[in-house]
Amino acid sequence: MSGEREFVTLFNSLRQVGVVGLSLVVTVLTACGEQPWNSPYPDSELGQNILYSSFEARPKHLDPIRSYSSNEYAFIGQIYEPPLQYHYLKRPYELVPLTATQVPEPEIFDKNGKRLAKNTPANQVHRSVYTIEIQKGIQYQPHPAFARDEQGNPRYLGLAEEQIKQYHTLSEFIQTGSRELTADDYVYQMKRLAHPALHSPIYGVMAAYFVGLDDYAKRLKTEYEELKKRGELFLDLRKYDLPAVKVLDRYRYQITIEGSYPQLVYWLSMPFFAPMPVEADQFYSQKGMKDNNITLDWYPVGTGAYMLTVNNPNRQMIMVKNPNYRGDRYPTEGERGDRELGLLADAGKPMPFIDKVVYSLEKETIPYWNKFLQGYYDTSGISSESFDQAIQVSGQGEVGLSEQMKEKGIRLSTSVATSTFYLGFNMIDPVIGGLSERARKLRQSLSIAIDYEEYISIFMNGRGIPAQGPLPPGIFGYVEGEKGINPVVYDWEDGRAKRKPITAAQKLLAEAGYPNGVDSKSGKPLVLNLDIAGGGPDDKARFNWFRKQFDKLNIQLVVRNTQYNRFQEKMLKGSAQIYIWGWNADYPDPENFLFLLYGPNQKVDKNGENASNYKNKKFDALFERMKNMPNGVDRQAIIDQMVNIAREDAPWIWGVNPKNYGLYHDWFLNAKPNLMSHNTMQYKRINGPLREQKRNEWNQPVLLPVLLIFVFMIIIIVPAIMSYKKREQLSPAKVHS
Amino acid sequence: MLAYIVRRVFYAIPILIGVNIITFALFFVVNTPDDMARVHLGVKRVTPEAIENWKQQHGYDKPLFVNGEAGGVDTFTDTIFFQNSVKLFVFEFGNSDEGRNIGYDISKRMWPSLAIALPNLIIGLFFYITIALLVAFFRASYIDYIGVISAVVLMSVSGLFYIIGGQFLLGKLLHIAPISGYDEGFEAAKFLVLPVIIGVIGGIGSGVRWYRTIFVEEMEKDYVRTARAKGVPETITLFKHVLKNGMIPILTGVVVVLPSLFMGSLITESFFGIPGLGSYTIDAIQSQDFAIVRSMVFLGSVLYILGLVLTDISYTLVDPRIRLN
Repeated sequence: MSGEREFVTLFNSLRQVGVVGLSLVVTVLTACGEQPWNSPYPDSELGQNILYSSFEARPKHLDPIRSYSSNEYAFIGQIYEPPLQYHYLKRPYELVPLTATQVPEPEIFDKNGKRLAKNTPANQVHRSVYTIEIQKGIQYQPHPAFARDEQGNPRYLGLAEEQIKQYHTLSEFIQTGSRELTADDYVYQMKRLAHPALHSPIYGVMAAYFVGLDDYAKRLKTEYEELKKRGELFLDLRKYDLPAVKVLDRYRYQITIEGSYPQLVYWLSMPFFAPMPVEADQFYSQKGMKDNNITLDWYPVGTGAYMLTVNNPNRQMIMVKNPNYRGDRYPTEGERGDRELGLLADAGKPMPFIDKVVYSLEKETIPYWNKFLQGYYDTSGISSESFDQAIQVSGQGEVGLSEQMKEKGIRLSTSVATSTFYLGFNMIDPVIGGLSERARKLRQSLSIAIDYEEYISIFMNGRGIPAQGPLPPGIFGYVEGEKGINPVVYDWEDGRAKRKPITAAQKLLAEAGYPNGVDSKSGKPLVLNLDIAGGGPDDKARFNWFRKQFDKLNIQLVVRNTQYNRFQEKMLKGSAQIYIWGWNADYPDPENFLFLLYGPNQKVDKNGENASNYKNKKFDALFERMKNMPNGVDRQAIIDQMVNIAREDAPWIWGVNPKNYGLYHDWFLNAKPNLMSHNTMQYKRINGPLREQKRNEWNQPVLLPVLLIFVFMIIIIVPAIMSYKKREQLSPAKVHS
Repeated sequence: MLAYIVRRVFYAIPILIGVNIITFALFFVVNTPDDMARVHLGVKRVTPEAIENWKQQHGYDKPLFVNGEAGGVDTFTDTIFFQNSVKLFVFEFGNSDEGRNIGYDISKRMWPSLAIALPNLIIGLFFYITIALLVAFFRASYIDYIGVISAVVLMSVSGLFYIIGGQFLLGKLLHIAPISGYDEGFEAAKFLVLPVIIGVIGGIGSGVRWYRTIFVEEMEKDYVRTARAKGVPETITLFKHVLKNGMIPILTGVVVVLPSLFMGSLITESFFGIPGLGSYTIDAIQSQDFAIVRSMVFLGSVLYILGLVLTDISYTLVDPRIRLN
């Protein structure tokens, strides 16, 4: 009997532990209060006007002079304010003032300093001068760099290293202050382009235009080395004048550039040209700050609608409304159809509409997607895993939301990205490169054979359009319809572009001297190499697809998959043959795409962005004319010529212009894709009560299956007890007892 | 014992130097300083001058191991290897190539990793040992057969399946816990429920199988036979004598992993959005941040050695027959 008793005692103990454990779990879960159990947000945030978003990887840089990627702009775009911005609603994209009073028009001068007329040809322009006037009364966000003591001296400047060691986050500096934005701040930031420790990615571009920037950078480098030897960190750029920039008065500053560069105004809408208060630079440059990770690259300071209050990119980044923000108004006009979509419902109202934005780290797409469906994220993209669940394509090829999404009231927004992904040919390669008829026809033949319509359908869930040339839709110079098709690859049939048949490609191949894929000179089969960086097992299907495309012409394709570093090296040395590359627009100007084919910008020797090393004198001459022209009929004519030359030479197979798909819950308002603007958060609005209602509706805990599992576990233990009893009856112990 | 520990610490030094050299060599075989600069400076518009400037600012413009131009002691000290390695031995990790203080980041990220790993270990041990004992208790019965087969089946399922399936079932369908996320302090508890339950269930197969083997082996020893012959009830034999002796390999097996609990798990932390150390090294390798890679490999090696020393010590504590000398 004692054995049975002990077993029962043990069983009871286990049951007690189980009950305690379950009680703990239930206590933890019920501690969530009014929110559903599975809510990832604290109760304190219930009912607040908060937008919930995510980030996949921590932003590398938040210093506007260094930052150059979209995941970083998602944050600093809301904080830093360059003088210009893009209109939120109007298309094509239109530059409008942000902190400036107007979009600047350059004054142009000849070599003798004589002012020239506005329409003077660019080659006669020696210098262009932009005068920018900023609005008065714009205030910085509260920040300890501006805090002052009773005597009016900076509160946190000149701190000893020992004192700084006590601070680990910016919020630990209790006192804050603010001041008015001035022209000095913009000039200070432009001087930072040349700072030797900052490595601004656009220094090279600007050095070609900003008067004296190169010499300025050399001088700063020398001074900085001296400074470091003295153990100091703050390089006071106010002491060193840069000829290209000048403060005219408190609210006006001037930029002088060599020659003519109309694209400068686009750069003026990017964070590189946002203001930087010297106080912030001084504050963060104190010894010990960097050791405690308190840097300008981590804690931005700006005049924008939001300020970053929590920066823990391993978990969460939080922006709250800048209390000193001036409250710019929501636009009162947009493009046709915006009013019907409700995008002008908030016209003229002061912004921002959302008080706080919480970005949580979500490295994986599946949890993100599930949380979006539960209402815990307000917007979502569509990954390939969730595409079929979210989207249904009709028999006519029309894309729409699935029934499940419609039931939840989710809206779909699509837009063609101002980017291009192409298959490039190395134009200095002896087989595939060069402008000879033989090589050109070989490239044209491959351009027809590689069926990008199929590629988009198989690998991109139809989210893209086949590119017709170097310019994507939405960029001036892009032509739609029959006139816009690439005649080398497509015919216009039944009101749409139709890829030429494979026989046309075979014919071109034979004319190139490779009939049926065999080199007529050597008699050997043609073998080409596709150089790829870092392709993993998932890419195998894609590589096989490319092989199949080349097979159509009996050309053998060898995929040379290599590490990213080696791939970069190959590109720099010009030893790659065919490669896959892409470009995302910096600004909506054709120059930003056509320069990718401009000869002097080649990758080999010049380290430029012309990765194909394409060089066509006529194209280059047209580019030099086009880049300085204002948009209009004349510019369009030149662009058409350039695009036609490029299509004929086929240095790229033009590839794909991807489509962005975005999903929004019905409580998320004023959402319109804007691929150029960076400060879009202030326009968005949340209907909080509707969100709370839907979250509660969708996330009620389902406990029945859990109880059933417990019942099942008890049921399977019963035979064990019976079996034990039976055994005990047979055991010697039982016999003895 | 003190002499033994001191000796082991001294033995650790050449091991750590060796690890450091191998890490350094492997990293720079794959990445050159130019590659590192290119990755850190971004994809667009990187000029050769910017690359040179970045290398100079980060000390990667020096030779790797031997500086022929320097002369004297500087021949070996004014090199990338020396400058990057020496301070590690006093646990001064310095700044990452992005400029972040590595020591601070590690100190912040190790706690969330521990918050997952520790309950996982304790709750897991409790369940695995309990189930293994039950299965061993009913050995050679249908419960044992079902238990072993189930354990093998559970072992064969990918860890990723448990995570995605668990998130789907408990988070998405039953709505009883957040699918992913993390918070600080007590608020973290609700985010730990799901990863800990999934972690424990995911480890049942291997845990039960391993502990059952230990218990069954122990049950076949002479002292167990003697106890049975003396008429000691089976439950007393099992839960008092077998469990106590079986705990020796279990305990030492646990002690060896204790120091590395801080290091976290890449997949769990990725899927549950836990800001731990699991992804720190992988992220650093991807972003070619040598400063973080060397620090984490060094720390991992130190913790591994520490685990082994602790195991040796724990042997002497739980088994009086063993002495360290």
